[in-house]
Amino acid sequence: MANYLLIESRDPWESNDAASWQEVAAGLVKEGNAVTFFLVQNGVLPARRSSKSAGLAALARAGVEVLADDFSLRERGIDSGRLADGVKPASIDVVVECLAAGHKVIWH
Amino acid sequence: MDKKTLTFVLMDAPYENSRTTTAFRLIDAALRKGHDVKVFAYEGAVALPFARQAQHPNAVHGRDAAQEDHPNPKEWIAALQQAAAAAGSKLEWMNCGLCVDERGVGEVIAGVGRGSPVDLWKWSEASDNTLVIATR
Repeated sequence: MANYLLIESRDPWESNDAASWQEVAAGLVKEGNAVTFFLVQNGVLPARRSSKSAGLAALARAGVEVLADDFSLRERGIDSGRLADGVKPASIDVVVECLAAGHKVIWH
Repeated sequence: MDKKTLTFVLMDAPYENSRTTTAFRLIDAALRKGHDVKVFAYEGAVALPFARQAQHPNAVHGRDAAQEDHPNPKEWIAALQQAAAAAGSKLEWMNCGLCVDERGVGEVIAGVGRGSPVDLWKWSEASDNTLVIATR
């Protein structure tokens, strides 16, 4: 089992491959890996309850830790207290901590 | 906390994408946590520490360059160098030499080196972890 941090910076309304990245996360956790999915930049847009939030909620139910960069949320006026199901606000420090811990950290 | 060495690989040119801001936030966070950081810049990112970047006025809002105080990436890098010194961390920045020559951005701020992809490989091998922040 490995530890993965998948970073999603892409807006799912602009990039269809955002869904593919979620599929990668789901596949990794299904195979027994520990997976964190970190939303940043326009990647946080589906963290607001919307038509694109269901995928994040499904990841969380599958055992993926879904986090949204608090700075990116503030930039876009998204209230971190009212995020979609399964999404939690987090500091970008999470990425540094995962890098320092030797996790496999991949940017998308 | 164990001090680690982390390498970041940047590709985006300045003034273009949020990835640059995020990259600087990550580097800043790593330095403030006491980690040593190596940055390998290639393609457009080699212009980030270009020394001739200059502030400009904002005619629309009627402000001169000093009033506008528009930050340039070279100043952000200098600030990261200061943050490293304050935290007892080490920040090394290397530009891809071929990319520099293509763009004519060889004049860089102090503390910025020049190398090749071979150096990136060596840095990555010597680091505890590496994050590549590529353009699409």
